[in-house]
Amino acid sequence: MSVPGAGETRRLVGIGLVAGVLSALMGVGGGILVVPALTVLLGFPIKVATGTSLVAITATALTGAAVYGLLGYVDVGSALLLGLPAAVGVLFGAQLQQRLSGDTVQLAFAAFLVAVAGALLVRA
Amino acid sequence: MRVVLEITATGVAAGFLAGMFGVGGGILMVPAMVLLLGFSQLDAQATSLAAMLPALGAGALRQRHFGNVRPRAAVTVGVCSLAGVGLGTVLATSLPERVLQVLFSVLLLVVAFRLLWEVRGRRRAPLAHAATGLSHTPVPDAAAIDPVGSRP
Repeated sequence: MSVPGAGETRRLVGIGLVAGVLSALMGVGGGILVVPALTVLLGFPIKVATGTSLVAITATALTGAAVYGLLGYVDVGSALLLGLPAAVGVLFGAQLQQRLSGDTVQLAFAAFLVAVAGALLVRA
Repeated sequence: MRVVLEITATGVAAGFLAGMFGVGGGILMVPAMVLLLGFSQLDAQATSLAAMLPALGAGALRQRHFGNVRPRAAVTVGVCSLAGVGLGTVLATSLPERVLQVLFSVLLLVVAFRLLWEVRGRRRAPLAHAATGLSHTPVPDAAAIDPVGSRP
């Protein structure tokens, strides 16, 4: 296992800082930033970038959840009702990725995300 | 009871889509809570962080089992992220609700754009594009790589 050099360490520190802000500011894990950053800036293979990101952002999300929980913003009941089924759902989705996720479906999902963004903007 | 079923179904759907398209659970759970369950943006974001923990934790353990984790990099990113979390929490609790909603909408657009870009990349240079993590090209063990959609 290679030890990160000084340049690598600086990049990892930077990635961590930005990912932490993104996670706590937006309520997301941070992987959308960490995975590409690890592949592009540190040359990690995609599998390793994904796995390493998952471990790192578990700590990030956990800390964010704890802080928000102490501040009273977390609805624990809803978190469990959403989060436990979601964990199951993710496994199914990942398994079906090969069979179902083609270009058309992915474009449709992208359009769906744009629609959701629009719905949020209308409310804002 | 009906509400419980609705929320559960929403969770499954959000997780399923996240797993299938390689996006993180938060991206879908936050809007679901705001638009379908009437949460405020901040409450939804906070609850989302708690909700994604089971999926993240299970995924992280699984990836360690597969040997896909570089411990020092993970620790460095993870520990440094905590400082970021501090700043992010201060920002999120200080900014107006509508600013958070606009920012989140922008995040959704960024994710949507990334998906479009991946499709475009696959059509032009399928093999090269798959290596950076910016492509969602299915690879033989995609489910092993990304069982919980680690992004975002």
